Amino acid sequence: MNKHLLSINDVSAEDIVRILDVAESFREVGTRVIKKVPALRGRTVVNLFYENSTRTRISFELAAKRLSADVINFTTSGTSVAKGESLKDTALTLQAMGADAIVIRHSSSGSPYTLTRWVRGSVLNAGDGTHEHPTQALLDLYTIREKLGRFEGLRVAICGDVLHSRVARSLSFALVKMGADVTLVGPPTLIPPDAPAWGVHVSFDIDEVLPKIDVCYLLRVQRERQRQQYVPSVREYARLFGLTRERVGLLPEGALIMHPGPMNRGVEIDSDVADLPQAVMEEQVTNGIAIRMSLLYLLLGGGSEGAVADG
Amino acid sequence: MGSVRLLDGAEIRRAVTRIAHEILERNKGAQSLVLVGIAARGDDLARRLAEEIERIEGARVPVGALDITFYRDDIGMRAEAPEVHETRIDFDINGKTVVLVDDVLFSGRTIRAAMDALVDFGRPAAIQLAVLVDRGHRELPIRADFVGKNAPTRKDEDVRVALIETDGEDAVYVEERP
Repeated sequence: MNKHLLSINDVSAEDIVRILDVAESFREVGTRVIKKVPALRGRTVVNLFYENSTRTRISFELAAKRLSADVINFTTSGTSVAKGESLKDTALTLQAMGADAIVIRHSSSGSPYTLTRWVRGSVLNAGDGTHEHPTQALLDLYTIREKLGRFEGLRVAICGDVLHSRVARSLSFALVKMGADVTLVGPPTLIPPDAPAWGVHVSFDIDEVLPKIDVCYLLRVQRERQRQQYVPSVREYARLFGLTRERVGLLPEGALIMHPGPMNRGVEIDSDVADLPQAVMEEQVTNGIAIRMSLLYLLLGGGSEGAVADG
Repeated sequence: MGSVRLLDGAEIRRAVTRIAHEILERNKGAQSLVLVGIAARGDDLARRLAEEIERIEGARVPVGALDITFYRDDIGMRAEAPEVHETRIDFDINGKTVVLVDDVLFSGRTIRAAMDALVDFGRPAAIQLAVLVDRGHRELPIRADFVGKNAPTRKDEDVRVALIETDGEDAVYVEERP
């Protein structure tokens, strides 16, 4: 394992299997009455969030707390950042306070990479601009493996605003790495022009793709990006690409419906579709804690050289 | 590299049978008894002990597996994060007598970690310890209640337990550390 988790490209297929296997142990910890283990006692994890994100921050916070690490949440509103402090100075401050890991969410692609130049601890990318969101991809892989038991040859459609989606990028890279067959689905304006280079297929017709897949992964329509007119209207998007009750009928039996959240019910997914048993969004959230525990444990659980005797 | 066999398959079998008898004698039967094996070989031994107890007493005792990795006191002192095994305790340990089962008792640190892990699952009436080999060199005030074989060793030797379930043979070796 690398010291940092910045991109899915940092982890090999073997690393991914190890991360998922260790997460399985942490899933078990999550079922106990006392959902906490002392593995990272005395370590400090900083959540450095330059962009709003409730679920990812809470998930990382809970993961670190269940490992007995100390957690500091550093959000931009009402802090030194609002007073104009640069990323570098914030990083140096956190470094001086002895952070063992920094979890960063930032609107600029690549900022986690920059951060690694200023801090000694591990950096975990919790979403950077339109670049990557590797922990989301890993929790999705965990959920897929748990439900379907394999990746090799698995057919996955990632539907929606792929162009702006760091989730879609990370998930595509991870699935392709594990041998799955990925198809990106959406209006041509929202499919990145370099997509074929990712090793994926592209389709502009969701009805043609749905009957041939094992997983339908829906992306959130990012309303905040709609000002630029990538699609004529949200309603038209919902009509052409939304997963309606009728479209669910096209899916093969046993196919999963996934969404990274937060969902726009009635846009990319119909409200009653989101509540179907094959829609596994709640499992994704639960698995997210276990995956982040696994990553924190694997990144911080190593350390200095020198073996210690067993027994 | 020197390697001396400390126990063969028949000797392991006899030791397990004797320990099963001792556990039943000490606890006056199998009621409110549960076995928890420490991964990776203690859980195999715990299953064998449970089979012996069933043969002797006609009662099936619950068997669990405990991985102590997250409770180790040396996390961060190794280059890599220690390997993780499965924990599976799908029964209530509150008020039960828990017999922890491990292959080798050495520094005692694994058992310390196992007791910390166990109390996160509940409050047992008592915790006892059964080991196949006690090789000495304790670093903590911990002793075993049931011992298959006491084996004086040098600290720079390794005691390796092989079990059919994981290694394809039953044997215990004392090996020169390379």
